[in-house]
Amino acid sequence: MRPFAYARAQSADAAIAAMAQDARAAFLAGGTNIVDLIKLDVAQPGTLIDIGALPLAAIEVATDGSVRIGALARMSDTADHTAVRSGAPCVAMALNLSASAQLRNMASIGGNVLQRTRCVYFRDVTQPCNKRQPGSGCSAIGGDDRKMAIFGANDRCIAVNPSDFSVAMLTTDATIHLRGPAGERTTPFLGFQRLPDDPALDTNIVRGELITAISFMPTALTRNSTYLKVRDRASYEFALVSVAAALDVRNGTIHDARVALGGVAHAPWRARAAEAALIGKPAVRATFAAAADAELRAAKPQRLNGFKVVMAKNAMVRALGTLGGAA
Amino acid sequence: MIGAPLTRVDGVAKVTGAARYSYEEPVANTAYGVIVTSTIAAGRIASIDAKEAQSLAGVLLVLSHENAPRVKADAGDRKLQVLQDDAVFYDRQPVALIVADTFERATDAASRVRVTYDRKAPATTMSSPGAQTYTPSQANNNPPDTTRGDFDAAFASAPVKLDNSYVTPTEFHNPMEPHATLAMWSGDELTIYDTSQGVFPRRASVAKIFGIPDTSVRVVSKFIGGGFGSKGGTNPYCVLAAMAAKVIGRPVKVVLTRPQMFGGFGNRPRTEQRVRLGADRSGKLTAMAHDVRSQGSRYDDFIENAAVISRMLYAVPNQITTHRGVRYDVVTPTYMRAPGESSGSFALESAMDELAYATGTDPLELRLINYAETDLSEQKPFSSKSLRQCYAQAAQRFGWASRKAAPRSMRTPDGLLAGYGMASSTYPSNRSSASAAATMHADGTVLATSGGCDIGTGAYTAFTQVAAEAIGLPVARVRFDLGDTTMPPAPEAGGSQLTASVANAVHAAGVALREKLAGLATANRNSPLHGRQLADLAFGDGRVFVRAQPVTGERYADIVRHSGAPSVMARADVQHDRRAKGPYSSHAFGAHFAEVHVDPDLGTVRLARMVSAFAAGTIVNAKTARSQFLGGTVWGVSMALHEEGRIDERTGRYMNASLENYLVPVNADIPSIEIILVDEQDEFVNPLGIKGIGEIGNVGSAAAVANAVYHATGKRVRELPISPEKLLT
Ligand SMILES: Cc1cc2nc3c(=O)[nH]c(=O)nc-3n(C[C@H](O)[C@H](O)[C@H](O)COP(=O)(O)OP(=O)(O)OC[C@H]3O[C@@H](n4cnc5c(N)ncnc54)[C@H](O)[C@@H]3O)c2cc1C
Ligand code: SF4
Repeated sequence: MRPFAYARAQSADAAIAAMAQDARAAFLAGGTNIVDLIKLDVAQPGTLIDIGALPLAAIEVATDGSVRIGALARMSDTADHTAVRSGAPCVAMALNLSASAQLRNMASIGGNVLQRTRCVYFRDVTQPCNKRQPGSGCSAIGGDDRKMAIFGANDRCIAVNPSDFSVAMLTTDATIHLRGPAGERTTPFLGFQRLPDDPALDTNIVRGELITAISFMPTALTRNSTYLKVRDRASYEFALVSVAAALDVRNGTIHDARVALGGVAHAPWRARAAEAALIGKPAVRATFAAAADAELRAAKPQRLNGFKVVMAKNAMVRALGTLGGAA
Repeated sequence: MIGAPLTRVDGVAKVTGAARYSYEEPVANTAYGVIVTSTIAAGRIASIDAKEAQSLAGVLLVLSHENAPRVKADAGDRKLQVLQDDAVFYDRQPVALIVADTFERATDAASRVRVTYDRKAPATTMSSPGAQTYTPSQANNNPPDTTRGDFDAAFASAPVKLDNSYVTPTEFHNPMEPHATLAMWSGDELTIYDTSQGVFPRRASVAKIFGIPDTSVRVVSKFIGGGFGSKGGTNPYCVLAAMAAKVIGRPVKVVLTRPQMFGGFGNRPRTEQRVRLGADRSGKLTAMAHDVRSQGSRYDDFIENAAVISRMLYAVPNQITTHRGVRYDVVTPTYMRAPGESSGSFALESAMDELAYATGTDPLELRLINYAETDLSEQKPFSSKSLRQCYAQAAQRFGWASRKAAPRSMRTPDGLLAGYGMASSTYPSNRSSASAAATMHADGTVLATSGGCDIGTGAYTAFTQVAAEAIGLPVARVRFDLGDTTMPPAPEAGGSQLTASVANAVHAAGVALREKLAGLATANRNSPLHGRQLADLAFGDGRVFVRAQPVTGERYADIVRHSGAPSVMARADVQHDRRAKGPYSSHAFGAHFAEVHVDPDLGTVRLARMVSAFAAGTIVNAKTARSQFLGGTVWGVSMALHEEGRIDERTGRYMNASLENYLVPVNADIPSIEIILVDEQDEFVNPLGIKGIGEIGNVGSAAAVANAVYHATGKRVRELPISPEKLLT
């Protein structure tokens, strides 16, 4: 752990300005990820700019019905909020299945979306890692790849994104609100987290930008959603595989569907092939199984994680089965 | 008093932070040491560049093989020859120590030390090229190989034969309190506050390394945040702290980081165990072979004595057991809670379960068919054995009778596969010489001492009770102190021997004290007890009195006051050679019954409930004893389902070096475990009839869970942990 300066930002603009002062500055929200990384020497910020005092913690329902979650809203408060629970149940479920109660009380939603991979080689500075040290190589390839990606990986990085919340958000057409040196902008949640074309980049955030909020519009689809998280032990662990699913079933037929997988790729994985195989079909087990097959056909497991393919397939069928239709 | 479920006497101090652990000892002018560890598993250090580290404010010393003081060779394990040369023989081996005026500065500087290596390709698994098998001279103080009868003939002619191999992975202890030492010298006298399971063995080992007499070393260990064997043997950090303190002439403390707790300082070795069982069609064993291969380092001998349990648990006439070590480029393994018994019982009790299915015998019935009435390994009767009662009481409470025999035949209401499994448990009753002292003060309170350690098990509490009972005082008037080599000697808290050893000494010291007090009273012309015979006296509630006439007596406080001395002290030394063979074989026994639920689609296994019964002679404190059995049983669940050190085979580095990735059960994984304490009196094992209880809980518990998984799924997983991929693919 290296020494760093600490500054408490009084306003969003001051925080953004402070970032410009120090090329190695970083924002501090709940600190549950960045402080870990500092202790591991993975992050070595010059200045930590504490954004905890900024008025970004509110969760509000706008007049058009959209739900806006402030970037500093705690994971626990977000999970408990009625607008989230009713508008996108899988989001509340994903949050409640994340980390522990203590961590959820500390950690912010903005920080959750930006948390870095749990790849053990990334977190051990003695090991080569393209994400931490571009060009040094990927130690996970050919190493302990049990928890690594089965979709979208390449020969530079096979890490997975750890955020449960982000997987669930893909069932909504959510928007990320950002504010930076160049002013405000919004960007779709889908695609904000990247595949590892450049492993050093987790997301499309521009340096110095602050996430101010994440918003989504509840619909018939998003209201009927669920989150299934599979892990080695019963609690307090990141997902081996997770499934967020939303179905809009009308008269036994799937009118619309959203499926996303966690623990399988460098970004939450929108299961488009599965969705295509669901829409317009009867909401029955055979449809769900066909959809899961359609998605997992493209999976490319690593040496030690072929089981994730079976697990993801079965988890998808299970999750969809709880949402609608009969056996 | 002995047996009462007394609440921990140190509980309030612990939860309020008043209890001081080694690293917290406030010693003026203490400097902070942070270890730099190797990033290769085999080779040599080519260079150490510490210029940047050295230039930082507050850095006092960079110690490496280039400048470290020399220690005595042949003073225990090779791994204690720390910073003596440029050789690297395991990953995370200490290669430098940074000492600074604050922990933060030392930590920062340590991250700036650049070490380059001449790396050799390491052998990182038991089957890697370069791994060497050796025959050890002993297996944790047991003969490595034994034979009885004629295994080959009996196995060849057995109508039912099983031949399977079982694997237990490398496991790490990771107590809540990491390893830590505070060392300070005064001339040639060394004092260390060390997180140690035994201050006397630690003293002897450290004295040997530095080539000074035992009497020049004081070791203090007042509170320990868990040991589980990892704080039994001396470790490099302790040597490093003492070295650095000598060099800078200041007290130095060193604590390991959590990642350093993995890999560089000892672990339960991986075992590969082949078990062959021959039996008749009823399941009666005629032949058993148990062959163990145990992970080992290049330089030191340590063997997980996994086959030792097989020598006495069942009545099998023809048997071979063997232990071999396999050397590769890893750190020397060490004792981890029930070393040998826990890993060995997984293999043996899984094999017994397989035999039950192979012969169509109920697994519990199979154990009864093969019940050992005597210890065949020593050809001796047991001093006591209540395993039948353990089976019966636990089976009854568990509802074993409702089990459907066929695998995959039981379901939960929500469609998960349910399975029942059971296993036997046993652990030898060990004891060593121990001494204790008890001092009665003029205010009627007693201070009793013995230099054992409380590794979190409740030793303070248990010994307080024993002293109170022996002396005849309410517990509130007894204070027990321990964990210091200035106290009467005691053995280490290992091998489940501490209570059996020290309680007998404390009891003897207490009896000696009350008799000394009685002697003072009967000799005192002004005492109401003047002239009475000891045989006519009784003791209780802080006084000595005439048994036949309790109103005639004198309070201890008054006896001390009248003696003219400020206090009255008595001491007892109870000699016992741990390896001496008596006329009896002594073991604690137990039985585990587990129900698991398995998700057939996702491969996840969750414990539903467990009932475990133990008989272990005199229970000194029913509450702390239950915690020991319970904790041990949870450990077995963890062994079955969660724990595994995952080595990168290319580098020899354990990569899941954190509590995030080295899994142990969380509360949600342990829904209900019921512990039954089976009554047992043992007249022979030792005067108080105490058997050890610290380790037996995790003997057999992993097998019970694994057997339940088989019953649930019909799939036999012979390599732990039972993670989802083993059931899905
Ligand atoms: C033991 C443990 C278990 C966990 N288990 C899970 C789990 O099961 N599932 C799961 O999803 N997560 C899990 N987590 C991760 C946890 O959810 C994240 O650490 C947390 O959400 C991060 O939020 P934070 O506010 O603490 O972020 P911080 O650590 O403060 O920040 C994280 C990063 O985001 C940046 N940042 C933060 N806020 C903003 C903002 N508004 N704008 C721009 N940049 C910002 C910071 O600079 C930093 O780079 C676990 C964490 C731990 C420690
Ligand atoms: S998988 Fe990605 S994060 Fe992990 S070591 Fe490779 S490059 Fe680094």
